[in-house]
Amino acid sequence: MRLTLFNVVVAVIIAIAFAAVNAAYLVWAERRGAARIQRRPGPNINGPFGLLQPPLDGIKLMAKQLTIPGGADKILFIAAPVLAMFPAIMSFVTIPFSENIVAKNMNVGVLMIFAFAALGSTSLLFAGWSSRNKYAMMASIRAVSQTVAYEIPMLITTITVVMIAGSMDLMEIVHQQSGSILSWNIFPLFGRSHNILMPMSFLIFFTCTLAETNRAPFDLGEAESELVAGFHTEYGSMGFGLFFMGEYANIVIGSCMTTILFLGGWGCPFGLFPGVWWFIIKLYLLIATFIWIRWTFPRTTIYGLLNLSWKILIPLSLFNLLFTAGLLKVF
Amino acid sequence: MNQSMLTHPNLFTVEGMAGVVFLILIFVTLTGGFIACTSRRVVRAIAGLIVCFVGVAGLYFFLNSPFVSMMQLLIYVGAIAVAISFAVMLAAPEEKKKLGPTGPLEGPLAFGSAALLAGGFSVLVLKTKWPAMAKTNDGSIKEIGIRLLTEHSMVFELISIVLLIAILGALVLARRED
Repeated sequence: MRLTLFNVVVAVIIAIAFAAVNAAYLVWAERRGAARIQRRPGPNINGPFGLLQPPLDGIKLMAKQLTIPGGADKILFIAAPVLAMFPAIMSFVTIPFSENIVAKNMNVGVLMIFAFAALGSTSLLFAGWSSRNKYAMMASIRAVSQTVAYEIPMLITTITVVMIAGSMDLMEIVHQQSGSILSWNIFPLFGRSHNILMPMSFLIFFTCTLAETNRAPFDLGEAESELVAGFHTEYGSMGFGLFFMGEYANIVIGSCMTTILFLGGWGCPFGLFPGVWWFIIKLYLLIATFIWIRWTFPRTTIYGLLNLSWKILIPLSLFNLLFTAGLLKVF
Repeated sequence: MNQSMLTHPNLFTVEGMAGVVFLILIFVTLTGGFIACTSRRVVRAIAGLIVCFVGVAGLYFFLNSPFVSMMQLLIYVGAIAVAISFAVMLAAPEEKKKLGPTGPLEGPLAFGSAALLAGGFSVLVLKTKWPAMAKTNDGSIKEIGIRLLTEHSMVFELISIVLLIAILGALVLARRED
């Protein structure tokens, strides 16, 4: 494909639109899902099945006044929500949805996603600090300590997959899982890996994605029972909206990564549709699991959260790394 | 630097646009560094530092080394800047950086030494014959890994000694009882 200005602009618009539409409608899905789990109707007034709720919410949020608390650091206060949204959109650039649908395939694709995910935690930090609110500050410190803790097992697990694939190219990782459903990375013994611990790596990765995106049961940064609301306590109007959209965009990115690394990307289990639809199906099944988990598990404590990472997930993933390296050497 | 880069390319060609991107990246880096040095609020200084790191990552990307650029983001922004801000946030948010005179080199002497340094660097930059570096490899991870563990293994080992010293220093500081 020739790189023209037109192509670039179209790719950028599609990436932003995909992130924004997903964010808006995942809020709706989340509310409907929560309502279903809690045996109530949920938003069902505006439009069929309440489908008009997200645009109306958007209009409401945009019509509200953006208040900046006195004594807050204005520049950082405004920059933080933008920073929450921007890494997620950047990550969409390199995610391959199918053989042909990828804006820019890079041979360091995995690294690029994690590099921009790392930018996200600065947004939490600045949001909490710049609002000059003790609760927001505590929430952001919690959220960042959690992100830092869970980044480690996540990266180690990713290195395991990268070692098996021998490449950091997301396309290449998917190509190596093509074939039958059994050659997906999550299934041990049949695929390239011959690694019996692969389901465990999948679980570790998925848990870390939950924690990295600050979702329940790891949403300590948004503990409304102790911290008023969380790091976005002082944000109203679209500032709050951007944090919200950033969270959902990050969930989409996390699910995309899980799909690519473990579930064979756009590989079809048994034909039927072209690959990109399989990618979308896997993606939304994972997101549905995210929502399902959020409304079924209670929030953990901060000690439980940090202990889980430092005492269980990191040793396990390190062991997994060594085990995989050994297997790759032997076979 | 070859001949084509010494002449001024048209702004609306690929080289011209690349030059503009390069200048923007340099501007971002310098602005970030300036904010980091002069800001009175420590957290804002960290924000400047992050902007500076992002600019440097962009420069690496521009110089055809995506791996180094992504590592710059991952390590410097994701780890180091966050670690610094953790340390700062344990202090009170309204704490201000002290900007008064701190040492005997403050004032005219500082200006003199800074001018000397800047002049020296400028002379160096202008007098040196910069050789045009050929693109040695594709900058892929495999290539970098092979080079790092064969040709440049000494550098690799020395860096690990630096890290070891940093860990030891942290331990010494943490265990000091006073």
